[in-house]
Amino acid sequence: MASVTHVKKSCAVNPLKMSAPIGAALAFMGLDNCMPTLHGSQGCTAFGLVLFVRHFKEAVPMQTTAMNEATTIMGGMDNVEQAILNIHKRAQPSIIGIASTGLTETKGDDVDGYLEIIRKKHPELADLAVVYVSTPDYVGAFQDGWAKAVAKLVKELAEPGPKIAGQVNVLAGSQLTPGDIEEIREIFEAFGFKPVILPDLSGSMDGHVPDNFSPTTLGGTTLTELRITGASEFTLAIGEHMRDAAQMLKDKCGVPFEVLETLTGLDACDRLMSLLTGKSGRPAPNKYRRQRSQLVDAMLDAHFYTGGKKIAIGAEPDLLWGVGNLLAGMGAELTAVVTTTASPLLEKLPAQEVLIGDLEDLENRSQDCDLLITHSHGRQMAERLDIPFLRMGIPMFDRLGAAHQVTAGYRGTRDLLFQIANIFMSEAHEPLPDDWRNTESEGASCGSCSSAAAH
Amino acid sequence: MDALSKKVQEVFDEPACGKNQAKSEKDRKKGCTKQLAPGAAAGGCAFDGAKIALQPITDVAHLVHGPIACEGNSWDNRGAKSSGSRLYRTGFTTDINELDVVYGGEKRLFKSVKEIIEKYDPPAIFVYQTCVTALIGDDIEAVCKAATAKFGKPVIPVNAPGFVGNKNLGNKLAGEAMLDYVIGTEEPEYTTPYDINIIGEYNLAGELWQVKPLLDEMGVRILSCISGDAKYKEVACSHRARAAMMVCSKAMINIARKMDERYRIPFFEGSFYGITDMSDSLRNIARLLVDKGAPAELLERTEAIIQREEAAFWQAMEPYKDRLKGVKVLLITGGVKSWSVVSALQEVGMEIVGTSVKKSTLEDKQKIKELMGEDAHMIDDMTPREMYKMLKDAQADIMLSGGRSQFVALKAKMPWLDINQERHHAYAGYSGMVTLVREIDKSLYNPMWEQVRRPAPWEMQSEKKPATENTEHTEKFGGGLYSVPSVTSVA
Ligand code: SF4
Repeated sequence: MASVTHVKKSCAVNPLKMSAPIGAALAFMGLDNCMPTLHGSQGCTAFGLVLFVRHFKEAVPMQTTAMNEATTIMGGMDNVEQAILNIHKRAQPSIIGIASTGLTETKGDDVDGYLEIIRKKHPELADLAVVYVSTPDYVGAFQDGWAKAVAKLVKELAEPGPKIAGQVNVLAGSQLTPGDIEEIREIFEAFGFKPVILPDLSGSMDGHVPDNFSPTTLGGTTLTELRITGASEFTLAIGEHMRDAAQMLKDKCGVPFEVLETLTGLDACDRLMSLLTGKSGRPAPNKYRRQRSQLVDAMLDAHFYTGGKKIAIGAEPDLLWGVGNLLAGMGAELTAVVTTTASPLLEKLPAQEVLIGDLEDLENRSQDCDLLITHSHGRQMAERLDIPFLRMGIPMFDRLGAAHQVTAGYRGTRDLLFQIANIFMSEAHEPLPDDWRNTESEGASCGSCSSAAAH
Repeated sequence: MDALSKKVQEVFDEPACGKNQAKSEKDRKKGCTKQLAPGAAAGGCAFDGAKIALQPITDVAHLVHGPIACEGNSWDNRGAKSSGSRLYRTGFTTDINELDVVYGGEKRLFKSVKEIIEKYDPPAIFVYQTCVTALIGDDIEAVCKAATAKFGKPVIPVNAPGFVGNKNLGNKLAGEAMLDYVIGTEEPEYTTPYDINIIGEYNLAGELWQVKPLLDEMGVRILSCISGDAKYKEVACSHRARAAMMVCSKAMINIARKMDERYRIPFFEGSFYGITDMSDSLRNIARLLVDKGAPAELLERTEAIIQREEAAFWQAMEPYKDRLKGVKVLLITGGVKSWSVVSALQEVGMEIVGTSVKKSTLEDKQKIKELMGEDAHMIDDMTPREMYKMLKDAQADIMLSGGRSQFVALKAKMPWLDINQERHHAYAGYSGMVTLVREIDKSLYNPMWEQVRRPAPWEMQSEKKPATENTEHTEKFGGGLYSVPSVTSVA
């Protein structure tokens, strides 16, 4: 049980948090033939775009309603209309996902209202789906925007219908990489299910080389799939922040749901296996039995290195939950924990204290930690603290392969454990003749593990 | 008209701007920022531009007043390098919440300044305005004034909220902030007849350091670079320079011109890209300094250095000349430096098949015409789809552009080189040109291209297509030079 503290200071230093609108935009990017669009000034989109390009090393489709000072004060109706018409004409998407920004929310633009008017005025847009989600910059963080976007997609587009046998919904949280999603799809298929994954970044942001150039997303959840989520047998939400969307689907279409907070860790994977075995009536396929046993073996091998290690971790709540629990379950101590936004998971974390704060807060508490885990913006503090640094989360702009980092499932967990244990192994301290000499008072205990670990 | 719109109008009126000279009075009033097309726009906001222009000042705390979007999504993402303080890479933001939006964020801003001074004690704090806080009427000028008085430290308002315009306007508004609040507020410890300012150079990837050794050798001192690798005090003292070079982006022309007006610091427009431009710039620096009273032997010394460096450059080019002759380059810089890079590449025998002139002035376009001939392929606003096609059809062998269009080239399986802000290599001066040429060569002749263009086995069986796409390109660069085992005969 952790105490959750919202850091009291006026100035955020070295932000951990990113904004909700770009979280929503990334969720929209998991839809096929989609144009994510921010209703705001051009700069918000430009920053989001650069951030995703540098993370995924991919071309990223993202547009803006290009609000300026005057149009903001008059209200953004015309800009929303023009944006939709322009995008429709130039990129011919199946769906436009619009997220608001701080600017248009401060003015109080009623975009859902605008959309009704625009629909009436432009019958030629009948086949184009347009979904709007309200994501003021000054409320919540990236994963909140993602969650709201997915809930709104389901609310607007899912249609109740006769059950399609074997079809299940997977609502994928923002902590999952395209690689994770691919892994999850395989697991579901191995149990004979046909999963509809929403959003599905594995189709659009997985770094494939298409034969043609497309101005919109290529791959991802299709509009048809989105609609038939209402006809699935059940929904599995992965990540606590996907609960609202799952609930929405249940309320609207009567699809029952389960929430698994994470798919990282032995226990989490076991729960998934039991769930799928129960729902499908099929025994777990052999390959997962073998993978489980590999993970168990990895845990046995890795615990020598992870036990007693002090971890500093900065991540959004749902990513934090998965990685934090994995490490605590391997005997490490979550010494410094910072996250971006409120979540019911936080107080259940196996840590003393969880801060909703920034990387300055994390740095101040990480002085004698053995490992730092956060997104690429941790690079400066890792250097200052001189401790090993494992990059996780978005953005990851100074490493390749962010999209393919897999931490879900037995296999993903196994590889993450190896990665972490290897970091500790390579940091291991070679004993020196004076290590056990009783110089200072603290030197009496086992010097080689405690003092060495700090370096 | 409020103070900000007045500033914006004033900046639009910039008399030294080539584009403006060609405009009618009425057009000039309208300003340079076209109303962007919603749903078909790209590019950063004025705040982004202001931050790009000033963040390279290394010892200043750059505080962004606004919601998390503006700083949280973008901090520490630019390539300006520092020889000293790292404070400029720390992200400071007021990260305002819903209550601030309702009650105003001025208090939080003031307290933020206080916290930064207590914790980091920088020589100055720059406060950047953004859209939401501008809309709710937070008066950052007033807060900065109060904070300056209270803490006895310069707290400088940079009033360029995103929604007033594009990056270019933001650059200029940042320049205005320097002119209004920083330049001329401190005195240098000493001055020399060889003191210059370099304006509009950001030391991306360390490019200033490719030039500085030569200036050192000439005996020229950079009193202040605005803003690459600068310290606050250097900018504050910059009014004591004898001459200035405005690096050939129009981004900070207002600083150069107004410093000429106010402090009689003559300036020239120059570039560190390309051999001719580099040599001209060194010559111009020497000439301006001599005009202002520096001993005339500076000219000879400079000439000797130029001779030596040019000779060394051409010698370094020998191995590349044959390999790069006739290589077709598509140059998309999104801006102002086009012509200086064009001439640079032509100098080593490459052929420019197209260049973007989206943000270039008439004068720039004229220069490009002179360089590339009347039928110069100037691209005003190329869509990614058109770039892709051009590359895929092998009308160009390599694309040089900013990071955003990188994947257009790579997905067409065509070589690409980063020449914008976040690039990792420094391309300035003589040594920078060698690097650029080496990078182009490395990219073109990488044996990887031939491998990735080869079809997958199943494609060869089923379709009996020609074995490689872009065959022309492959023949030129893939074949022969490296012996990549070829399986193309399978088909
Ligand atoms: S457009 Fe406005 S809100 Fe968006 S990043 Fe720029 S300053 Fe911030």
